[in-house]
Amino acid sequence: MSTNTNQHPTLTGSEILWATLAGEGTTTVFGYPGGAILPIYDALRKFPTIHHVLVRHEQGAAHMADGYSRASGRVGVCMATSGPGATNLVTGLATAMLDSIPIVAITGQVSSKVLGSDAFQEIDITGITLPVTKHNFLVTRAEDIAPAVREAFQIARSGRPGPVLVDITKDAQQASALFDFDAAKPHAYRPHPMLRAESSSIREAVELIQQSQRPIILAGHGIVESGAEKEVIAFAEAHQIPIASTLLGLGAIPAAHPLSLGMMGMHGESWVNNAIQQADLLLAFGMRFDDRVTGNLTKYSPNSKKIHVEIDPSEINKNVRVDVALIGDLKEVLNLLQPLLSTDNGQLTTENPTHQWLDTINQSKGTAAVRDIINLPDNGHLYAAHVINDIWHEAAAAGRLEQTIIVTDVGQHQMWEAQYFKHEAPRSLITSGGLGTMGFALPAAIGAKTACPDKDVWVIAGDGGFQMTAAELSTIVQENLAINIAVINNGFLGMVRQWQETFYDKNYSASPILSPDFVLLAAAHGIAGANVSKRSDVTPTATKARTSNQPFLINFQVEKEDGVYPMITPGSALHEMVRRPTNDPLLELPEED
Amino acid sequence: MLHTFVALVQDKPGVLTRVASLFRRLNINIVSLTVGESERADTSRMTIVADAPENAAHRIRASLYKLETTIDVDEVNRSEAVVRELCLIKVAAGPNQPHGLHSRSQIFELAQVFRARVVDLAPESIMLEMTGSASKIEGLLQVLRESSYTVLEVSRTGRMAMRRGHHTTRVLKALGTPGNNPSAPTENPSPSAQDLTDDEILPTEFDEE
Repeated sequence: MSTNTNQHPTLTGSEILWATLAGEGTTTVFGYPGGAILPIYDALRKFPTIHHVLVRHEQGAAHMADGYSRASGRVGVCMATSGPGATNLVTGLATAMLDSIPIVAITGQVSSKVLGSDAFQEIDITGITLPVTKHNFLVTRAEDIAPAVREAFQIARSGRPGPVLVDITKDAQQASALFDFDAAKPHAYRPHPMLRAESSSIREAVELIQQSQRPIILAGHGIVESGAEKEVIAFAEAHQIPIASTLLGLGAIPAAHPLSLGMMGMHGESWVNNAIQQADLLLAFGMRFDDRVTGNLTKYSPNSKKIHVEIDPSEINKNVRVDVALIGDLKEVLNLLQPLLSTDNGQLTTENPTHQWLDTINQSKGTAAVRDIINLPDNGHLYAAHVINDIWHEAAAAGRLEQTIIVTDVGQHQMWEAQYFKHEAPRSLITSGGLGTMGFALPAAIGAKTACPDKDVWVIAGDGGFQMTAAELSTIVQENLAINIAVINNGFLGMVRQWQETFYDKNYSASPILSPDFVLLAAAHGIAGANVSKRSDVTPTATKARTSNQPFLINFQVEKEDGVYPMITPGSALHEMVRRPTNDPLLELPEED
Repeated sequence: MLHTFVALVQDKPGVLTRVASLFRRLNINIVSLTVGESERADTSRMTIVADAPENAAHRIRASLYKLETTIDVDEVNRSEAVVRELCLIKVAAGPNQPHGLHSRSQIFELAQVFRARVVDLAPESIMLEMTGSASKIEGLLQVLRESSYTVLEVSRTGRMAMRRGHHTTRVLKALGTPGNNPSAPTENPSPSAQDLTDDEILPTEFDEE
């Protein structure tokens, strides 16, 4: 590192990269070295403030950056070499793209002189990742590295967040250039001209809200991304509007809040889905009417007016036609809306305008309770729902609930988690919603624990998904991370099996899955573990894991052919739910000796 | 139905792919796409004509906005914009053609009526250049074919559109800087401009439809 007269040092491209990452506040990078990124790894030792986590597969690196970002709100950074290293990132980038998670991926690329020649480990990664990134860059000159990386960070976190990839050729890493962090600052983030809530629309929204008798808020991930949790709660309380959550919206509103109803959608609570169908006004806050939350679109909430508050104009009228679109940052829009609502006509009516509506919903909640698996006594069989609910009780009893992050994989256990783990704090549930990426949980938990070392981090994964990325157990040990792992083991790809049971005449094609002894597998990595197959062992083992200060794996041997209910089958409307039969033979199995 | 989008985009490698990829992803066919330099430095203007359902227009426009390389997007229709296309037509015109020695003079006449220009003469063919609305170009092609001429080759640019009257893009309005750097663009001619020699520069006056 030599310094020239301008006070700006002349650095190699590799050094510029690390200096820029450090300047953007990066303290952790998840990555895997290789030929085309060796100059960058060589320069790493000069930047002691940055900790590099060596992953076991680049997909893990992208999920870790993702989990890091979801847990902390900061931009996660991952790194891989050219060719196979870069292509291995793709699933992780797509996961982040579908859930609007800000991450920056750095990839090495072959030298610019041989670009396009099918050189060893050359792949057109900017071409490949075009649809799965918010934006990407190919950088071929050292002097372009700092501006590209700084712009990548800005794009990743501004507007609707998302992943950004920066591909840097090896000759750019090796060449030298002046490094001026401030001069590399991108132009101020300029919101698109479409990004402003029209005042006429705001007036229409106010009118609709004032006329409504049966309003409901649909709380999405945008609440967390906008940091609008307080505003949404204040809004709901002021107008006594019940709140239904999407999967990624869970935790934005404390589950214990009296207006919080729970999750909507395909495996949402029956009273939530019924309320959405009966409502006369939907207030969609930072959600995108995904097909998993609407059911049959032609029958979706047929009698309601719809107000959509959304930062991405391309989401408006994409799936559901809305009456009023308020485009902008949720927090800002609510701050515009709230004063108009309270001052119009003097005061709000003293009598709660929605109490009848809230009573109706509560009644339907009470009726649903009898079908709830959670209310069934211990009959000697271990149900995944009970396991997850007991882990929640255990954390709550220890007063650690708000300090607990659950990272789930994808499948039945993910839905049971959403139903039976009551999240009280934003960013306390990390899950792949949009892409539904199996294998997400373990690496994402490593990212979450790295970002929030003082929190209790639980992986809840199925036996199928866990095996997809189980190699990262070794990363946990190398990084000495006290992550608790609950494998919900039913010997099946459970969600696939449930669909085959419902729609394919119980033809269990390729859904039974053989697993290794997970406790032995953990032991091979030097990780302690336990097998649990009795309900009475769940809580003590969870306590042991939580308090061990070491990574701990619990293999929960659960009921093999359990189902997630309610369930909305494809083509059905939101209220046409398949409910757990009250005479479900599963629930009446006699106790075994 | 046909939608016409006019987009102001950064003049950088890969921008065209991003725009085209968006239509590919939506499974929407691009009818025509023209790109060339604009009044602003380092900025291209694209006219994209796409065949898409009526309700898809908003989403396409919003998705175009979402691209980091897009500066502004407008959707225009015939009544509020001037829409033009440039076409080169090579017609067989030699002594062996059905019209024999008269074929050339008849093509000259047709060209005059349609305000097309003869830009190349070869022993066996004539090349015509014509600018106008798509329907006018199709009209000339139809007349040529119906008059038993053999059209050897047709090359069309696809539509270009510009909103009528005084119009500044909203972005420029918002920035308060109409025309960032009006003198700059000539330094870096876009490929479509490079293909035209000096005497083939587009006529500046167009007859109205």
